[in-house]
Amino acid sequence: MSLRVFLVDDHAMFRAGVRAELGAHVDVVGEASTVAEAVSRIAATTPDVVLLDVHMPDGGGRAVLEAMRKSHPQVRFLALSVSDAAEDVIGLIRAGARGYVTKTISPDELAAAIRRVAEGDAVFSPRLAGFVLDAFAARPDAPVADPELDQLTNREREVLRLLARGYAYKEIAKELFISIKTVETHVSNVLRKLQMSNRYELSRWAADRRLV
Amino acid sequence: MIDTARQPRRLFRARDHRVVAGVASGLARHLRVSPLAVRAAFVILLGFNGLGLMLYAGFWAVLPYERVTGEPRRRDVAQLVPFIAIGAGLILLQVLVLGQNASVTSTAGWLVAIVAVGAGIIWHESTPERRRQWTEALPRFPWLGTFLEESDRRLFLFRFIGGGLLVAVGVIGMVAVYVPAENSEAVVNGMLFAGLGLAGVSVVAAPVLWRTMSQLRAEREGRIRETERAELAAMVHDQVLHTLALIQRNADDVKAVQRLARGQERSLRNWLYKPTASPTERFAAALEEAAAEVEDTYAIAVEVVVVGDRATDDRVAALVMAAREALVNAARHAGVATVSLYAEVEEDQLSVFVRDRGAGFDMESVEENRHGVRGSILGRMSRHGGRAEIRSEIGDGTEVRLFLPMERDAVTSGRER
Repeated sequence: MSLRVFLVDDHAMFRAGVRAELGAHVDVVGEASTVAEAVSRIAATTPDVVLLDVHMPDGGGRAVLEAMRKSHPQVRFLALSVSDAAEDVIGLIRAGARGYVTKTISPDELAAAIRRVAEGDAVFSPRLAGFVLDAFAARPDAPVADPELDQLTNREREVLRLLARGYAYKEIAKELFISIKTVETHVSNVLRKLQMSNRYELSRWAADRRLV
Repeated sequence: MIDTARQPRRLFRARDHRVVAGVASGLARHLRVSPLAVRAAFVILLGFNGLGLMLYAGFWAVLPYERVTGEPRRRDVAQLVPFIAIGAGLILLQVLVLGQNASVTSTAGWLVAIVAVGAGIIWHESTPERRRQWTEALPRFPWLGTFLEESDRRLFLFRFIGGGLLVAVGVIGMVAVYVPAENSEAVVNGMLFAGLGLAGVSVVAAPVLWRTMSQLRAEREGRIRETERAELAAMVHDQVLHTLALIQRNADDVKAVQRLARGQERSLRNWLYKPTASPTERFAAALEEAAAEVEDTYAIAVEVVVVGDRATDDRVAALVMAAREALVNAARHAGVATVSLYAEVEEDQLSVFVRDRGAGFDMESVEENRHGVRGSILGRMSRHGGRAEIRSEIGDGTEVRLFLPMERDAVTSGRER
């Protein structure tokens, strides 16, 4: 059975393009162009994965995520945006998206990303890994309130580094002599820590920096 | 300037050749007589119950400035002194010759003149165009300019109140002069009357003033918005539209279209989000510039991720050059559309990784006389105290790893940019 995918984007042209490109790989079960429409139709169709645009009128992808997360925890969200600005990326991840890819992604890679998200894994772009590394690595030795909770382990940082260097999961596995499944676990852990960490520094950093 | 032959001649206040407010020289130009004569006439008229001052204030209040192209000449303050002296002399003479009676009436005239000046000030404050002309007319007097600056509300109020005070003093004075001095009740009445008058003036003028001020504010905001819009429009026109036109013309050439689109995307992104850093000063900016050059030259995409940042020096610049060479090699030989560049600034070392998933090559088979890898990458890194590793497998892509050890203190985090 193929994956059921829902598209949320305020540009009809873009939705049409994605639908055409993805048609062979997945089953596109619905589309929405506004936050309100998305919320009601996702609830009605309960897809496996929602492809979510970040910038839309009335609050954008974040508003959709926040509305859906409690009522439909089984629906996974993959953010798909032209923006790879740090505040957008980190904001969406914190709101509960399981991955973030930019609109320049190729159709095959997008299909692979959707599959990975549907299976419960996280999808990190090299740039996203860079953001996380930047927030954790370039930080002066400030006292940390809950180091156990949100400090990345060395292994996780290594995985992130390789990810940021443009390695695919299976290449990371080969490089570190671990299994692909372990790589995916590490990446999921990073994402979980990123969501749960109450270190406001990270979000402030992302907001201050306004990096592309 | 004004073409007197064809245009109907209008009375202006002169902006150049002026002593006080340009009334006299404006009149002189209009009447085609010497400004000196007009000034003298004003001074002599002073003798008649301050008529000269009244007339001057009246003209000043109602006449617009003439429009002058170019810099107006600064006012000739020196001329003012003799005229003041003459005026004072005249009044003194009048008092001496005509005695007590005359002096009372002339005092009354003076008071009327003061009222007129005060009213003139208020009138000037209330018309925005006048005020702008004022500020424009005074480019050489920075201290006066600040006084008349349209944005400075406090000074504006100060001047308004000053004018009002002058009016009040004049009115009180008149009441005091015309009513026998012993009658103190009349003086109090006069002051009340003056106060009432002033209140009346403010009630009438305040809404107008308020409207004027908000109009000015709106105008200024509008101007700022307009400027921003114009800048955006210029940018879009210069870059985006031209790129789109080029893309249409090169529609068949996929590589060219991609290159154009990528370059345009990058410059738009930079314009929209990027804090500007100089590539000659910051490591991250230098790497991004190198990547942008390679993107443009070889029509490939370079995915740049830089963690941390620091200032550059010779060694860092060498690292950037080596990274650039690695990018160029990947672009030329790997046969891929995307190369990734990852750089990390750590406390004790800089590392740069350039990776592609292209053809790959065998290091052993690279000829000794090829300088790209040996000279520009390996050699350059070792000359500057760093090291380079090249990992390549046929069919599995290439990764160039560059490391440069650093002094600990030179590192700054990305946040401090």
